[in-house]
Amino acid sequence: MRALHGIDLEVRRGEALGLVGESGCGKSVTWLAALGLLGSRARVGGAVRLEGRDLVGTPVAELERVRGRHIAMIFQDPSSSLNPVHRIGRQLGEALKLHRGLDGGAAEAEARRLLDRVHIADAQRRLGDYPHELSGGMNQRVMIAMALAGQPDLLVADEPTTALDATVQAQILELLGEIRRDSGMALVLISHDLGVVAENTDRVCVMYAGRIVEDAPIDTVFEAPAHPYTKGLLAALPELDGARRVLTPIAGVVPEPWNLPKGCSFAPRCDRRVDACEAAPPLPTLREADHRVACIRA
Amino acid sequence: MTALLEVSNLSRVYEVRRGAWPFGRQATLHAVDGVSFELPAGRTLGLVGESGCGKTTTAKLVLGLVPVTGGEVRIGGESLPAAGTPSWRALRRRMQMVYQDPLGALDRRLSVGRQVMEPLAIHDIGKPAERLDKALAMLDAVGLAQHHFDRFPHELSGGQRQRIVLARALMLDPQLLVCDEPISALDVSIQAQVVNLLLALQQKLGLAYLFISHDLRMVRQVSHEVAVMYLGRIVEQGDPDRLFATPAHPYTQALVSAIPTHARAKRQRVVLPGEPPNPVDRPAGCAFHPRCRHATTRCRVEAPALRILADGRRAACHNAEQIA
Ligand SMILES: Nc1ncnc2c1ncn2[C@@H]1O[C@H](COP(=O)(O)OP(=O)(O)OP(=O)(O)O)[C@@H](O)[C@H]1O
Ligand SMILES: Nc1ncnc2c1ncn2[C@@H]1O[C@H](COP(=O)(O)OP(=O)(O)OP(=O)(O)O)[C@@H](O)[C@H]1O
Ligand code: SF4
Ligand SMILES: [Mg+2]
Ligand SMILES: [Mg+2]
Repeated sequence: MRALHGIDLEVRRGEALGLVGESGCGKSVTWLAALGLLGSRARVGGAVRLEGRDLVGTPVAELERVRGRHIAMIFQDPSSSLNPVHRIGRQLGEALKLHRGLDGGAAEAEARRLLDRVHIADAQRRLGDYPHELSGGMNQRVMIAMALAGQPDLLVADEPTTALDATVQAQILELLGEIRRDSGMALVLISHDLGVVAENTDRVCVMYAGRIVEDAPIDTVFEAPAHPYTKGLLAALPELDGARRVLTPIAGVVPEPWNLPKGCSFAPRCDRRVDACEAAPPLPTLREADHRVACIRA
Repeated sequence: MTALLEVSNLSRVYEVRRGAWPFGRQATLHAVDGVSFELPAGRTLGLVGESGCGKTTTAKLVLGLVPVTGGEVRIGGESLPAAGTPSWRALRRRMQMVYQDPLGALDRRLSVGRQVMEPLAIHDIGKPAERLDKALAMLDAVGLAQHHFDRFPHELSGGQRQRIVLARALMLDPQLLVCDEPISALDVSIQAQVVNLLLALQQKLGLAYLFISHDLRMVRQVSHEVAVMYLGRIVEQGDPDRLFATPAHPYTQALVSAIPTHARAKRQRVVLPGEPPNPVDRPAGCAFHPRCRHATTRCRVEAPALRILADGRRAACHNAEQIA
């Protein structure tokens, strides 16, 4: 099964890039592949360059040094990165030792400071808690603290705030923005929440079925979306005020990964489809200097 | 008529250690502190609030998954039987929970198809062929394909896992579904699809939902009533349209103002100053007063009760009328 079909992405120092797209389209796999985290059964082709250095095919030991220190990832599922049998203070301490060589009192002080920064009250006491003693959103913030422990150059945040209420979410995203401005950290923000992406990134890539179908500055995507899939996403959003209406999902289903249409993957669900759409996958084309779209009718 | 679910004065505390671990003295953490509400059959109560305010704990108390410290849960007018007893198990069949962390809720060694059929096998319902048919139909209903049936949880995307958990919970035709962040891992199109499915099931089968979510737009979309929690207590409760349009409690005001939006016209955000609240050190008076821009002397000493305002909604704020 082929999960990705040629992803071309560039993230500049200090930039915040949003990544949105349908569930299962390959947002997480893109970064797991780039970081060599997919395991031996996965085959990864192409190149991943970090400041000019190619990561694909790098020996595991060297990749491990890059992960966490240069590129950190906040994973979507807490249970895939927090160990249920260790106190969170110990888990943060391990990250601080590995990436920054801190231990003893210095590590503990830094761990406490990190929990403070992610707005967890009573940080000192919380260091002694196990993950099951924290709420879902607290665990999510511990993962964010762990990712920040390595002071990475690039932070890949995969749905980092799904378990946070709007006020805490705003504080955490503000914190990431602050670190970005202070240290030049680049941020890739993967999220289904289009409001979160709009308020916290400069540019957004929209993915569908393992490809990037639209890539544009944030204002363009929300004010003048060009790809029919992007338009469909925006139309499916519920409102906070006005009369409630039945939500309109995009018609049809995502194609099976091993059975993609010959032409545009979105064609079977697209209301603008013409025969030419089914001939060959549309190539990403520049509409404007900073706006790429893979749709022949855009 | 008695409501399907009645919760009165529910509370749950945890004994924890205060101060620097591993030292420090015993202290009490009030995770849920006197929560009451009713949920009639066929209705939806949305539960929202700050991270760590006790939503998941409330959900687990309702299903008897953690023992209560005080208060009572009644199902169909009867007190919830003790966990583990046969009558509790019989009741649990009708009350399912969709957990916040899907990977943690799934068994990594079992194919997702087996896990979706599992509730039927456990309760010995139907023949194997019928179980299979029902599981496939359920996968289809939550927007998954037949080919997902034989996969394992780690081979699925976050949103696909979330839908497996939802499908499994629906297999036993529950009367009450407690959903803890059921849609936050889904893209907006699938969210719309799942929410439409939940609403259709409610109409057809009279399901009741306790719907916990941080997505306030979605909460408004599905709920008949909304309760807002802060530090273990309900601080505002009422009709969703009114509550989100003109929040009465200062915490709700801050929460609503912080909803991220992609629309141009941004509301003025109410920034909450001060420390995040600490459940082992509940401020005296109104627990929200250290962060409240409307706090008065009275707020620092007297805890406001959840009371009915002129428009029928409830709020726990001394100054609700003045600040509306
Ligand atoms: N380890 C794996 N083995 C086989 N298939 C996998 C594996 N991990 C992911 N996949 C498949 O690859 C595709 C892309 O998955 P990915 O996790 O990147 O989706 P996503 O865009 O992050 O979705 P979501 O928004 O739901 O998290 C999915 O169809 C998924 O089922
Ligand atoms: N087993 C436990 N032991 C000790 N404390 C606990 C335990 N379970 C929950 N708590 C505490 O109870 C409080 C409420 O947690 P709960 O999980 O109910 O919050 P929540 O409202 O669901 O938050 P979130 O939105 O972040 O998921 C938190 O302070 C949490 O640390
Ligand atoms: S009771 Fe006082 S402190 Fe509490 S929310 Fe109302 S105004 Fe603010
Ligand atoms: Mg993902
Ligand atoms: Mg929770």
